[in-house]
Amino acid sequence: MADPASLAQAAGELAGNAKALAQNLDRLAQQLSSLPPPVTSAGPPFVFELTVFVLAVFVGYYVVWRVTPALHSPLMSVTNAISSVIIVGALIAAGPHGISFAKIMGFVAVALAAVNIFGGFIVTQRMLQMFQRKK
Amino acid sequence: MGESYSAFLYLIASICFIMALRGLSSPETARGGNLYGIAGMVIAILTTLATPQVVSYWLIILGLVIGGAIGTAISWRIRMTALPQLVAAFHSLVGLAAVCVACAAFADPQAYGIGIKGNIHVESLIEMAIGLAIGAITFTGAVVAFAKLQGLVSGAPLVFTGQHLLNAVLAAVLIFLVVIFVAGESPVVFALLVLLSFAFGFLLILPIGGADMPVVISMLNSYSGWAACGIGFTLSNSLLIITGGLVGSSGAILSYIMCKGMNRSIVNVILGGFGGEGVAAAAGGPGVGDRMVKSGSAEDAAFIMKNAGSVIIVPGYGMAVAQAQHALKAMADLLKKDGVKVEYAIHPVAGRMPGHMNVLLAEANVPYDDVKELEEINRDFASTDVAFVIGANDVTNPAAKTDPASPIYGMPILDVERARTVLFVKRSMASGYAGVDNELFFRDNTMMLFGDAKKMCDEIVKSLE
Repeated sequence: MADPASLAQAAGELAGNAKALAQNLDRLAQQLSSLPPPVTSAGPPFVFELTVFVLAVFVGYYVVWRVTPALHSPLMSVTNAISSVIIVGALIAAGPHGISFAKIMGFVAVALAAVNIFGGFIVTQRMLQMFQRKK
Repeated sequence: MGESYSAFLYLIASICFIMALRGLSSPETARGGNLYGIAGMVIAILTTLATPQVVSYWLIILGLVIGGAIGTAISWRIRMTALPQLVAAFHSLVGLAAVCVACAAFADPQAYGIGIKGNIHVESLIEMAIGLAIGAITFTGAVVAFAKLQGLVSGAPLVFTGQHLLNAVLAAVLIFLVVIFVAGESPVVFALLVLLSFAFGFLLILPIGGADMPVVISMLNSYSGWAACGIGFTLSNSLLIITGGLVGSSGAILSYIMCKGMNRSIVNVILGGFGGEGVAAAAGGPGVGDRMVKSGSAEDAAFIMKNAGSVIIVPGYGMAVAQAQHALKAMADLLKKDGVKVEYAIHPVAGRMPGHMNVLLAEANVPYDDVKELEEINRDFASTDVAFVIGANDVTNPAAKTDPASPIYGMPILDVERARTVLFVKRSMASGYAGVDNELFFRDNTMMLFGDAKKMCDEIVKSLE
């Protein structure tokens, strides 16, 4: 039977070990999170993106051919507005804390795209308002 | 928000965008379509704001407020005649935004999960370089188009010797730079790529003349879509890829329709220089002063139209420049009251952007059922008493059918020559942008009404009253 003193010492050592282990784990976790994401979130493979792209082009092709020629100007301004969906990429760049080059670029892109989104949709609406059936 | 949630919401946004385009198949459904587009955009923005990467909002809100205020102010004030330059300006912004996003992705790839600085995945690098180049080309190209449409620079094509060679060399260097960039990921090469693409976009649009602007604007429309696509591939974002694909194919189809409307190939338009020397030659050339034309007054025109059974109005860019659409509508209303059948015939390339004339006529409250496309109405000219051509020229020129040597040979035209009487409202005898004389001016059944389109319509209205 070991004496209480040595038992206490062993317990203390054990606690120290556990602490060190926890620290190690923390460090590991940190390393893992700072690793290039490719391992964990490489995103969908290129072929998958290409599939989406090709299908979108086909949908666009058939939908746009059905647009009446009288509305080609609104078509142009509305496609202009929706292509500003690129703001999605800008928001992510402008999102993090602190100030960095990327964040400033993101800010500029957000502002530019916002001009387009508001301007594009409003001018389209103004045009389409004119195409109401007159009584 | 979980990744699959945001992917799902992005899908809904994509569908909204498709519905927005789908709505444009008829004027009745179009406004609803636009609302779909707005809804899609709101969903896309809110979804992105809810992703874990976005934690600081003040700069984003600042950007949205500044941009939104500018966009709103401009679009409320813009006159419909200035629409083409507005659209060109908007295209340039999409291009520049794409460049900014590519810069951000290059500087902070971790935020987008495409690698770490100095070690971005090759795939993403290629896509980034392509998106960047297309965005930059769109930006400067659209700036040049804007300057030409706004009249800041001459609309005449700017050609110099060795231009095509220079462009070809630039394109080759661009491709070379993309390869170097992907291999080395150097910031210097990245910067070079931006600058060179800027230069390329600038040089690409310079040689294209003002009258080819419908094609150029459609082309830039298409480019802005492909740029969004390129960024979408870089960031592996399906919403950007889908939207880019939609917009890209839309612009491409419009370019195709415009080219067909001029019977020219897209290559021919891009190479540019069309109408350059032709205009110069025709201005002082033969064939103008030494032949007789019959010119008449507003009263003559009013008399002829009042006694006609049917009138087809053919508007062109000249009507837009003179802002004559409201006066024209007033004239048409008076004629209709007298029992004259009045319709409008629109050539695909009339004006400076696709559908330009339709918007202007709609602005003047012309019922859209009266406005007919070329294929719809062309046969009716033969049974029409008066063709009233206002501010259009080349799109009525019969040389497109009869003279293989003419630069516009093969272009589909409105057969105004078949009408019993042709009235031409024109400021002078100067030829159109193609730089060719219009044989019609000298025909017996043609009467020229010289003067500003708006003033002429106002005077005709006075005589009709």
